[in-house]
Amino acid sequence: MTLDDILTPRLGQALRPNVWDLVALILYGGEQTTLPLSALDSTPVSLDPANLPLYALRTTMRMLLAIVCSIVFTFVYAALAAKSRRAEMVLIPLLDILQSVPILGFLTFTVVFFLNLFPGQVFGAELACVFAIFTSQAWNMTFSLYQSIRNVPKDLEEASQSFHLSGWQRFWRLDVPFAMPGLIWNTMMSMSGGWFFVVASEAITVGNTTVTLPGIGSYVALGIEKQNLPAIGYAILTMLLVIIAYDQLMFRPVVAWADKFRFEQTASATAPTSWMLDLFRRTRALRALTLPFAALNKAISNLHLAIPGSLKVPVRSGPPSRVVDALWLAVIAVATCYAGWRAYQFMSATLSLSDVVAAIGDGFITLARVVVLIALASMIWVPIGVWIGLRPKLAERVQPLAQFLAAFPANLAFPVFVVIIVRYGLNANIWLSPLMILGTQWYILFNVIAGASAFPSDLREAAGSFHLRGWRWWIKAILPGIFPYYITGAITASGGSWNASIVAEVASWGDTHLTAKGLGAYIANATEAGDFPRVVLGIAVMCILVTLFNRLLWRPLYAFGERRLRLG
Amino acid sequence: MLDTSKEATLLDIRSVCRSFPKGSGEELLVLEKVDLTIRSGEIVGLLGRSGSGKSTLLRIIAGLIAPSSGDAKCRGETIAGPPNGVSMVFQSFALFPWLTVLQNVELGLEALGVESAERRKRALAAIDLIGLDGFESAYPKELSGGMRQRVGFARALVVHPDLLLMDEPFSALDVLTAETLRTDLIDLWIEGRLPIKSVLMVTHNIEEAVLMCDRILVFSSNPGRVAAEIKVDLPHPRNRLDPTFRQLVDSIYARMTQRPEPKTPAIEGIHGTGVGMILNHVSSNVLSGLIETLAAPPYNGHADLPVLAGHLQLEADEIFHLGESLQLLRFAQLSEGDLMLTDAGKRFATMETDARKRLFAEHMTNYVPVIGLIKRVLDERPSHTAPEARFRNELEDYMSEGAADETLKTIISWGRYAELFAYDEQSETFSLENPH
Repeated sequence: MTLDDILTPRLGQALRPNVWDLVALILYGGEQTTLPLSALDSTPVSLDPANLPLYALRTTMRMLLAIVCSIVFTFVYAALAAKSRRAEMVLIPLLDILQSVPILGFLTFTVVFFLNLFPGQVFGAELACVFAIFTSQAWNMTFSLYQSIRNVPKDLEEASQSFHLSGWQRFWRLDVPFAMPGLIWNTMMSMSGGWFFVVASEAITVGNTTVTLPGIGSYVALGIEKQNLPAIGYAILTMLLVIIAYDQLMFRPVVAWADKFRFEQTASATAPTSWMLDLFRRTRALRALTLPFAALNKAISNLHLAIPGSLKVPVRSGPPSRVVDALWLAVIAVATCYAGWRAYQFMSATLSLSDVVAAIGDGFITLARVVVLIALASMIWVPIGVWIGLRPKLAERVQPLAQFLAAFPANLAFPVFVVIIVRYGLNANIWLSPLMILGTQWYILFNVIAGASAFPSDLREAAGSFHLRGWRWWIKAILPGIFPYYITGAITASGGSWNASIVAEVASWGDTHLTAKGLGAYIANATEAGDFPRVVLGIAVMCILVTLFNRLLWRPLYAFGERRLRLG
Repeated sequence: MLDTSKEATLLDIRSVCRSFPKGSGEELLVLEKVDLTIRSGEIVGLLGRSGSGKSTLLRIIAGLIAPSSGDAKCRGETIAGPPNGVSMVFQSFALFPWLTVLQNVELGLEALGVESAERRKRALAAIDLIGLDGFESAYPKELSGGMRQRVGFARALVVHPDLLLMDEPFSALDVLTAETLRTDLIDLWIEGRLPIKSVLMVTHNIEEAVLMCDRILVFSSNPGRVAAEIKVDLPHPRNRLDPTFRQLVDSIYARMTQRPEPKTPAIEGIHGTGVGMILNHVSSNVLSGLIETLAAPPYNGHADLPVLAGHLQLEADEIFHLGESLQLLRFAQLSEGDLMLTDAGKRFATMETDARKRLFAEHMTNYVPVIGLIKRVLDERPSHTAPEARFRNELEDYMSEGAADETLKTIISWGRYAELFAYDEQSETFSLENPH
């Protein structure tokens, strides 16, 4: 297929304007980013609802840009980690750490960094925002790709070797397709999670610098400042529409398309469907649109990239050299110690031990919040999820709704709660807490629904025929049955709650500022004051707490569930 | 080796050895000084038990792993990486599930950089040859096992290899499908329609080897060596019921059940020796069932292995495992392709469950050294518990990690059946206590 074939108007004439419209929109969105930063002040965000479509477009553009970056990062990083043992020794632990860093805490540094990189340009602020979304998306995608590449079936590996596929061809013809279902699912989950961060990072204040990028997030921030409740309502409505469009036009088609990559030798009973994908597959004009991508894919995978002889994996592979390994480990250890020492120096210049104690104390308050909230959310959503999951018809309808709610950026709804707290003078320490789990509780719900739906009907029937009822039924039958699913949901919910604490423990409505004591508030306040040492301290404490919490509670529970309670 | 034929030598393997690291870090020899020559126009079979290194040899020839020592040449060139002119058919088919039949078949040509029109033409020809017409646009998951393996054959044939390697290509298929595919393949071979010069196939199915091959190399285990070379002169198509055919099968059975040479560890009933014996996992239920079957008519305690295998619909490899387990426990005796119950075996057949368990426990402790060891350790320790790791380490001095896993699995399941000791999976400990 030559380039001419693709470009000659095989597409119907009527369709053309649509395509160019899209291009024009993208160009417009792109052009806005090159304006000087002062332009933001001259055309401030306005609460006029007529601007919302444009704001929504800007917000969506940031999301798309971030996901493209995440995908590129994923391919490079995961491929490197999976193919090189020594790179793996550094990259994977590093990824593990990055995964538990609270993303919103990162923002402080990245905003300063990117603004300094492009002084006085909107572009720097845009990049900071995109980078924040990127950090929320990339890690789990990378893990997914890395793990898939590591688990490529041995026979397929041998087949591609014996049919002389080059390393490059093998990567695109075997590794990537094999990893596709997991990668797509994680990408879509990342996209869903990303809405939260795009909203949170459009209006940022770091010390004396306040950046307000036109978008739904800054619209809401202005609404809060102006105490304009209808504006918040408009923003929520717009976001709902955007997410519906994202769900229907992107999430579902892509998941349905990726079904063909699922590695199983038998056809599955129910394949995911999407009207959008059907439209593309059945409409000739739309199908023609996809041809360039197919051609590109083929061209990439068939490139005969000559690998330099030295990089070729020798067949006669003896045991790896231990001396080199030891040297390599020593280099890593020294670098780590140096980085730790620098961080310590940076903080110890202005901070004392009492600051550390204060941060840890706040950390435990937030930890208590997370634990209580997860417990409460579980008590509410596990029974409801089981009830729904055991009714297939209902589950089919509720499941997309739960996924949808998980994608909805809960921080848009925060002002509504804050208004209530302010109006009734409620205790911020208690009543701000539920905001932390507002957006993440849905992970528990939809995982429990999935678990209950997958509960084998013969086990249900057996439980019924042995008259297993009431508490006994819950404890002996259904709870162990859904346990692995529940844990997956709870891990996601707990991680999300830690992150959300940074925006949930501090809230304002006009001039009224509410603060709930905790590590999230600690970091948020330090960020606003531009107090970098405290931000670093707060983030470090949160990292350590999250990591410990994961290692000591969730990992063992997860391992237990996988080993003992995984059905089938 | 034959030296009468002057046809081109495709493959030349000279004293090839291969070892893998053991769990304890030392090397475990799986192939010892193997010689093999393949000339144009023959089908050669590598026949042996699982673990006899025949698949390892095939992978050395395919260039997927390198020999530890020795010389492997394909068409005169030392094999380093997959050689040109060799392609492989896999036991598990190894089809790419996201590619259609046609795309799967084209894959090998694509990698060779064959131009697309030519590629399509050759792929369609191969699909046509192997009887896959009409399935070009199907995905592997839509096909039955037999059709999938046909795709595997088409994919291997389309590159027109000189040597076709087949790694137990029929063993993942059901009996009828496998038979159809075998005869189709042999028909194409004798009609000269296959674009290949020679075939090398790995199998553990004795009848399959006799049915298809011109020459069979019988491998012995631990380490894998060529124990015998058998020439099959029967004309194609071969008839399984032909007396000569049966005789050949019987003689190979006999050869493969010959008493093990002193290579394998002594299994006399002395504690402390032969701990390094690899136990293949066979359920105690299956052993009881087999003893009962052997004791009952028509066998009355004495069975011919090929007949027994046919009756129980078991592969030769499986029946060997069962027979050897019984032999190890002194419930039966294997010799010259026959399986005979011992007196203990005959008594076992008539017993009730609890008595059977006691007899099983007694034989296990006396005749399986590692079980005797575990029992002794448990008895001696005041706590009457011992971690699994203690025995695993000992096993891994003699065998690979995989074999140690298999052996431990067997020990645990037999021990539980005989109520000799208990095992807690969570803490990975053996103990004498049974849960009350």
